[in-house]
Amino acid sequence: MSEPEITPDLIEKHGITQEEYIRIQEILGRDPNFTELGIFSVMWSEHCSYKNSKPELRKFPTTGDKVLVKAGEENAGVLDIGENMAVSFKIESHNHPSAVEPFQGAATGVGGILRDIFTMGARPVANLNSLRFGPITGDSLESKRNRMLLSGVVKGIAHYGNCIGVPTVGGEVVFDPSYNGNPLVNAFSLGILRHDQIRRGAASGVGNPVFYVGAKTGRDGLAGAAFASRDLTEESKEDRPAVQVGDPFMEKLLLEACLELFEHPEAVVGVQDMGAAGLTCSTIETASRGGSGVEVDLNKVPQRESGMTPYEIMLSESQERMLIIVKKGFEDEVRSIFAKWDLDAAEIGYVTDTGKTVIKVGSEVVADVPARELADDGPVYHREVRKPEKLADLQTFNFEKEIPKPDVASCSQALKTLLGAPSLASKRWIFRQYDQQVQKNTVLVPGSDAAVIRVESEQGGDSRFIAMSADCNGRYCALDPRRGAMIAVAESARNCTMTGALPIGCTDNLNFGNPHDPEIFWQFRESVEGMAEACRAFNTPVTGGNVSLYNQNPRGAIDPTPVMAMVGLMEKEADITPSSFQAAGETILLVGGFGSEMGASAYLFEVLGIKRGLPPEMNLEKEVNFQNSVRELIQKGWVSSAHDLSDGGLAVALAECCFDKQVGASVNLSDCPERMDIALFNESQGRAVLAVESEKVADIQEHLQSREIDMIVLGITNASGHLSIELGSESLNCSIEELCETYESSIPNCMVK
Amino acid sequence: MKFAVLQFPGSNCDQDFLRAVRDVLGSPARMVWHKETEIDPEETVLVPGGFSYGDYLRCGAIAQFSPVMNAVKVAAERGQTILGVCNGFQILCESGLLPGALVRNRDLHFICETIHLRIDNSRTRLTHELKDGDVLRIPIAHGEGNYRVDLETLQDMEAHGQIVFRYVDHDGKDSDSANPNGSLSNIAGICNRSGNVFGMMPHPERAVEDLLGSSDGLKLLKSLLSYA
Repeated sequence: MSEPEITPDLIEKHGITQEEYIRIQEILGRDPNFTELGIFSVMWSEHCSYKNSKPELRKFPTTGDKVLVKAGEENAGVLDIGENMAVSFKIESHNHPSAVEPFQGAATGVGGILRDIFTMGARPVANLNSLRFGPITGDSLESKRNRMLLSGVVKGIAHYGNCIGVPTVGGEVVFDPSYNGNPLVNAFSLGILRHDQIRRGAASGVGNPVFYVGAKTGRDGLAGAAFASRDLTEESKEDRPAVQVGDPFMEKLLLEACLELFEHPEAVVGVQDMGAAGLTCSTIETASRGGSGVEVDLNKVPQRESGMTPYEIMLSESQERMLIIVKKGFEDEVRSIFAKWDLDAAEIGYVTDTGKTVIKVGSEVVADVPARELADDGPVYHREVRKPEKLADLQTFNFEKEIPKPDVASCSQALKTLLGAPSLASKRWIFRQYDQQVQKNTVLVPGSDAAVIRVESEQGGDSRFIAMSADCNGRYCALDPRRGAMIAVAESARNCTMTGALPIGCTDNLNFGNPHDPEIFWQFRESVEGMAEACRAFNTPVTGGNVSLYNQNPRGAIDPTPVMAMVGLMEKEADITPSSFQAAGETILLVGGFGSEMGASAYLFEVLGIKRGLPPEMNLEKEVNFQNSVRELIQKGWVSSAHDLSDGGLAVALAECCFDKQVGASVNLSDCPERMDIALFNESQGRAVLAVESEKVADIQEHLQSREIDMIVLGITNASGHLSIELGSESLNCSIEELCETYESSIPNCMVK
Repeated sequence: MKFAVLQFPGSNCDQDFLRAVRDVLGSPARMVWHKETEIDPEETVLVPGGFSYGDYLRCGAIAQFSPVMNAVKVAAERGQTILGVCNGFQILCESGLLPGALVRNRDLHFICETIHLRIDNSRTRLTHELKDGDVLRIPIAHGEGNYRVDLETLQDMEAHGQIVFRYVDHDGKDSDSANPNGSLSNIAGICNRSGNVFGMMPHPERAVEDLLGSSDGLKLLKSLLSYA
């Protein structure tokens, strides 16, 4: 077999630096051949090795009394939820593929994260996603392209999730010019399992057979992990072969077959999905984890195309494939289960004790590499950091001085502008394309603060409920990455809290620009440290996650976007709390104070076109106390609805509370010492709007007072069809139908263009 | 009477249907793998939603060739009740057990939401516990639910009470704006001339618990149970 000669040019094309090449020579004791060079290139890409981010990621808290499988140990972490049940969840990005091929990029992002979950032995029961695009309003070529991306990404997510039968229950979508050319697609999946169903991805037991199951290998997605570890440029379109093609039907069969097989734990030693870096990563990681070796024969790998070289087979990222280490003697059991589902199950090799991954074609060795060194001893870089020079200037912004005081009419207009801004507006156009209900456990659907699903006990006990929310305010992070990242954690936890749940753990997706730029790496480090501190404050260990760097094109990098997906637990059905007003005649409370901070706010950005100022302060101790107190009120059964204040502040939150059941509200902000615009739209943290029965107000007041939390009686819900807000001598009065129309029609109106 | 829930590769509402009839309705029920060839004469057959065979070629087009479909045809000829929901409806149309076809939704999008459904024939096995004009809240979740049939057949179906359900607004009017997918004459569900084979796009099996938003679907499943 003739292979290209290893030249400096070829090494560079593989993204391997001179130092890294010397390291490869040291590890092998010789020059690598072409296939081995490819293997090192994908294994040591940022996507697989985290070589730029590892030292920072160690700062995350990863332990806790609910942690059954820790971050980094396996494909996804696992947390105990009681009753012998557990959840496994993770978020992962598919940004680069979605930028060049939105439909397949997003679809395979969903497929990949689902495999991570069922590899753990869990049945995926809920998906979320966190999406970012450039602006979709207007007629520019750029916004047309952004609409095309949004449409393609949503169709891709819907295609995969709907077909495989896992409900997409929530998520977030934000539009900002910093994502022009660099959309973000972060997919989250959560699965449930019994404690005894947890599966590991280790190859152990010398002589145990290695099975390849699922779809055949083709030339798609060649070296996708390496592609994802570069900036996007005009030429990126030529990398389209690096984008995989998804087949959710195949994955559905694979899912069912694997879960059926896992019901026979005696037959399965280890499981590893073939995601990024495909066969390469799975053979090396299983061997590395097992402290063993693996030998496989590529002639036995099911192939979709003829004439594939070892390099192509090893680097293919064809989807819907898994590697299963089977206990010797159970081969026929495995074959018969996969035959029932009409799937390939090929015995391609066996476990050895050599510490090496040896790849053969027939009897010829085409790659012979030490597994542990490749998996664990890759390069690690401590990148240079520098605080961006422009930041201090951008943070300096005196709202009251710079922005003239508006009148009621312009505040009323500003409320409509905010509700109609695609980032804040209803995402119904998007989520109605997702099957939110299949599997019949979705209790709170997209549109509420967090999604809530039911987990039925397998032992006849009461059901438990899981809340989930993914959040990040990229504008906050651009203006102060540490604070912005803390707020991402606080907000995702707050969203879970508002539904009645206790946050128990989380997964992060760190989306940034090119780490070689010290200013970008400063953002990265600040964000990680902020997130880590907040996670410690909430006692929510990070159970895994994903780093996506190089989200950058010649026009610049994205706003730092450290997305936090929080998972919360509720033990009682009665605690499940909606976000919107349920009925007329209830008292509306503002918990956490009037607030005053306007820096980096949605009002500044969406209404005035200004992206400046310091994001609101995040006092973690105060925030945790606030959330615990609201949860206590909910658990006492005193709260009819709870909605947190975030983008757009109190006015937007109140309007949103009115929409679902078309309940009106009359509130009085005359006691607020701030200017009208500040009273309505400030984004100070740790605040929520609650609706409660009026006879509960005194008890609630007493409870909150004992926790040193401000509570203001704002007004009452009614059947007037209007939201009216008294502001001293003036009042703002809007028809809910009109506000709702603005809120609901914004994205559909953009998308018909 | 027992329920038999068919299971094709790519079915994804099979477990939901089984849980609805077995756990909520409390009726005996079993899964029937698509390679099986027998349906018991006592069984009411439920053809669940999903993406059988990935919906490749056309929705439901490949499933009609599954071995179990011969048994379903025999059961239909014996007069047993067959209910296809969503992809199950598509499979029954493709198999020729029901007239018409389901094409891409009018707006070309997959749509998942809870809609209003009016009973237009309450004298069937599926609806006899309800009254004509009753309005139910039941979720839909499909990309190809736009019902089409030639006009002559439609008139014939109307004349024989084969239009069982229509999409309506909350007041029960079958307006165009209440039609989520562009179906001819707002049709959401039909039956065959003999009145034993049913197809509907909305998912009654998803509407069996108030906790999840509606229990209106239970009324239909109860009708099936009390008929037998």
